[in-house]
Amino acid sequence: MAPAAVPNGEALAANDNITRFAPPSRAYTPQPDHKLFHPKTRCFVYGMQTKAVQGMLDFDFICKRKQPSVAGIIYTFGGQFVSKMYWGTTETLLPVYQSTANAMAKHPDVDTVVNFASSRSVYQSTMELMEFPQIKSIAIIAEGVPERRAREILHVAQKKGVTIIGPATVGGIKPGAYKIGNTGGMMDNIVASKLYRKGSIGYVSKSGGMSNELNNIIAQTTDGVYEGVAIGGDRYPGTTFIDHMLRYQADPECKILVLLGEVGGVEEYRVIEAVKSGVITKPIVAWAIGTVAGMLTTEVQFGHAGSFANSQLETAAVKNQSMRDAGFHVPETFEDLPAVLSKVYKEAVSAGTIKPQHEPAVPKIPIDYSWAQELGLIRKPAAFISTISDDRGQELLYAGMPISDVFKDNIGIGGVMSLLWFRRRLPDYAAKFLEMVLMLTADHGPAVSGAMNTIITTRAGKDLISALVSGLLTIGSRFGGALDGAADEFTRAYDKGLSPRDFVDTMRKENKLIPGIGHRVKSRNNPDLRVSLVKEFCQANFPSTKLLDYAIAVETVTTSKKDNLILNVDGAVAVCFVDLLRNCGAFSAEEAEDYLKMGVLNGLFVLGRSIGLIAHFLDQKRLRTGLYRHPWDDITYLLPEMAQGSAPGQAQRVEVAAGDVK
Amino acid sequence: MSAKSILEADGKAILNYHLTRAPVIKPTPLPAQTIHNPPAKLASITFAEGDNVQGVLDAAEATYPFLLAPGAKFVAKPDQLIKRRGKSGLLKLNATWQEAKEWIAARANKVQKVEHVEGYLRTFLVEPFVPHPQETEYYININSVREGDWILFYHEGGVEVGDVDAKAEKLLIPVDLKEYPSNEQIAKGLLSKVPAGVHNVLVDFISRLYAVYVDCQFTYLEINPLVVIPNADVTSADVHFLDLAAKIDQTAEFECGVKWAIARSNAALGKPAVASTDGKVNIDAGPPMEFPAPFGREMSKEEAYIAEMDAKTGASLKLTILNSTGRVWTLVAGGGASVVYADAIASAGFASELANYGEYSGAPTETQTFHYARTVLDLMLRAPMHPEGKVLFIGGGIANFTNVASTFKGVIRALREVAPLLNEHKVQIWVRRAGPNYQEGLKNIKAVSVELGLNMHVFGPEMHVSGIVPLALVPGKYHEGIKEFEG
Repeated sequence: MAPAAVPNGEALAANDNITRFAPPSRAYTPQPDHKLFHPKTRCFVYGMQTKAVQGMLDFDFICKRKQPSVAGIIYTFGGQFVSKMYWGTTETLLPVYQSTANAMAKHPDVDTVVNFASSRSVYQSTMELMEFPQIKSIAIIAEGVPERRAREILHVAQKKGVTIIGPATVGGIKPGAYKIGNTGGMMDNIVASKLYRKGSIGYVSKSGGMSNELNNIIAQTTDGVYEGVAIGGDRYPGTTFIDHMLRYQADPECKILVLLGEVGGVEEYRVIEAVKSGVITKPIVAWAIGTVAGMLTTEVQFGHAGSFANSQLETAAVKNQSMRDAGFHVPETFEDLPAVLSKVYKEAVSAGTIKPQHEPAVPKIPIDYSWAQELGLIRKPAAFISTISDDRGQELLYAGMPISDVFKDNIGIGGVMSLLWFRRRLPDYAAKFLEMVLMLTADHGPAVSGAMNTIITTRAGKDLISALVSGLLTIGSRFGGALDGAADEFTRAYDKGLSPRDFVDTMRKENKLIPGIGHRVKSRNNPDLRVSLVKEFCQANFPSTKLLDYAIAVETVTTSKKDNLILNVDGAVAVCFVDLLRNCGAFSAEEAEDYLKMGVLNGLFVLGRSIGLIAHFLDQKRLRTGLYRHPWDDITYLLPEMAQGSAPGQAQRVEVAAGDVK
Repeated sequence: MSAKSILEADGKAILNYHLTRAPVIKPTPLPAQTIHNPPAKLASITFAEGDNVQGVLDAAEATYPFLLAPGAKFVAKPDQLIKRRGKSGLLKLNATWQEAKEWIAARANKVQKVEHVEGYLRTFLVEPFVPHPQETEYYININSVREGDWILFYHEGGVEVGDVDAKAEKLLIPVDLKEYPSNEQIAKGLLSKVPAGVHNVLVDFISRLYAVYVDCQFTYLEINPLVVIPNADVTSADVHFLDLAAKIDQTAEFECGVKWAIARSNAALGKPAVASTDGKVNIDAGPPMEFPAPFGREMSKEEAYIAEMDAKTGASLKLTILNSTGRVWTLVAGGGASVVYADAIASAGFASELANYGEYSGAPTETQTFHYARTVLDLMLRAPMHPEGKVLFIGGGIANFTNVASTFKGVIRALREVAPLLNEHKVQIWVRRAGPNYQEGLKNIKAVSVELGLNMHVFGPEMHVSGIVPLALVPGKYHEGIKEFEG
């Protein structure tokens, strides 16, 4: 599976690192009934549990399996065809099926399923899975399956001869061969408990969490686990101790049995009967946890749903005594179990029933990137940096301010803008000014180019975003751009120390219009109220309005030439905004210039006008207006007359005046 | 989440509502009932701590108008999962509402000892008194086992029924309802000691009762006495469940929640339709099912706090206070490991000193672990000092996926906040934990114990899961030769 040599030394393509597995060339020899799992077991995982699947594949890999145990994923909400997984350091593609029937048909070699469906849906999915005769065992992971449904499942399973492990279990493990779902924990624990190679001890535990502990105990005191099953903590597990104990008894490779029972239920007694009647002859080391229950004055429901004694027989103390009486090796306390197990193991070794095997080399498994990062073992430069908001913690942060404080302090949209645009709280008057600009620029009637575009797009039947964007795309140096231009020109003149009259004169000499000066209808005698509002607010609240004062002086010069050359709303907003950046105290001089250069003023206009453009979209939709077609008679058609063959570039030029109106 | 006991009032409300509605599994000998039962007369009266008892009783009159019916006689009893109430004098029979009120007022919010458990009486049930001849009393019990559901029936009921396990007639209904017994089989299996004349009526009732049991996912149901008074031509009967105990399967909430709720809605209980006072909207037609704590184990503020936190996350956080002045406290991760720890403490002879049972698991966040640990530590340090000091086990098995270092950060934060008190109370701390990144977690907690001067012993996976318990509690078990975790 090594990637093909790359001729010209180019980097590996992602595709070169993918391992593909061929389907089996022939059907496998059937396994004896007691071998539920073996090194060629193939399964489906029901549910999109990529972490568990990866764990299973990693386990397969360190067990030196030729093929992954997971043949595919069944995910009914699917849509995805393959799921990419690691196979050692390479990658492999696992098929994802939306229908169970399809998956079964594609993989006749699969005979077991790890069912991760939720407690609500596990009943239906398990019943469906059991309809396929190829399925011999199903592990049900979900906790909280209704007891009646669990009993119905186990009833059908019994009739069909399907082995159910669970519900409410982590699953089970067959070292060196197959691992159900998340059993055994993470890789380093699996390696520490030597689960990559088989031992001689078979265990059945009720609790999944404690099965991890058993793996550890068995690895420390014996030659290791042969097979382990956690039957689950519910009242009605699909299979119980006896089912697996009988399998271990029948399996010649399993030498010592371990049973970890629990208070509640009577399933341990069936193992006792099997020992008494001579069906089980191998040594059993056993313990029932929950001995404390009898010593407490009140009833306590322990962690597991089934761990509740309804009669004396179901208490852990009576179970332990009964098992001891039947000849099981039962320690005095659970803490003594390792010592007892070790003794039984040594006896088996000296009797020759167990021959400790040569220890294979400890396999290596690459550590997952995300885990290594969590452990602080590796670092990597990030491709993106963001300094304004953070959604990872308990609460969304805007420039460090928790969203709950945003509302508690009632900072308004201007406050949010100051946090996200400038990464700082600006004084209240500044936030108010930003809001004022948004309100003033929100709309300027349907006739301006942005609104027109939005209206036409809307009438063409397009959606909100298309209509809004088509309007926004008109914003530039001609439409809406006067803000940036005005700020730029006025600031430059002011900073150079030009007197207002010099400034006006220079501009005229350069044949340039002064952005922010002039209005189609308003004049000195008929002032624009919007401008008055801005002026009054800034004069009342800003610490300094030097540039505004300068602009007003410029207006005095220009209006003396023509009455309608007044400081318009763009000009007023632009110069006031510069005053704000320079004088509110929150920005250094460099920062203020930087923000202006970035075009933040245009941002204000885009944001404000979006309100109006959306309004025009809604308006047109509300009116149910139809597709717009511009009348022919409103278009002058001037086409080159081919016959006369006018020289290139000599076509008649049409001067169209650029309107300065928004 | 498991099979849980419910209030008698709720059990009766569910039966009353669904007896005529739940689909029977096979046709019964009687024609299907066309009229549903009238609303159940069940006055459930609850007193919170500090409530004005008289005020609550007066309010009950408004909620349950049937209490004021002239000449009516009632039964009053506490409804708090107490067994054998009659024997403890907790049953007031054949009382007028005035008498019942006085009887309740004398007991409400007072401590009561039942057998060897003490607890506050908070919830009472008042319902109409049903005079009936002795021979109409029966005993019935349905309970679930692996193979199916047992129905136990005995032709005599009442407090003195005796050992029903031995003498009742029994019939196992298999899990697969296609194998449900015929009417004849039911009569033969359960009613051999009952006059044949009432067989049809009883078979009909048993079938309906079982239908409700299945439909509403009960796991246990006992009615004793059950009173069945047939009408003159034995085509129907008046059925009264005088005393009822039931468990339902809490995990079936997603299937049965609607049915549990509607049976307990205002309309089904004949309550006047009052606009709900707190403006809360229920997700079903009635209130969500309540699962009361066993008698004598009211949830403390801290337990309620942990339960609330538990309900809000995918992680599992459990806390039960067993003895708030106990010397031995546990802070154990994992459902199985927590039981193992309690076992070990009990078998070391400290059952009576075991202060709490609890566990945290399922990868709780650092903050959740902090609040959990902080609550346990607060409880431990609130109890008076003990001359021999206290013992705290910070234990757990080998975690599957929980990052031990990160949950331990929460525990460490909690330890830091109370460090001086820990030493003042002479608390010995024993730590054992393993699983992902345990090395880091153990190293950190050890460093903190050195820094804060705590009396702490730290162990990793080389130590048996609960091996630290005998070391801490059994004299002579711990010696210098036992190797602790090295950073």
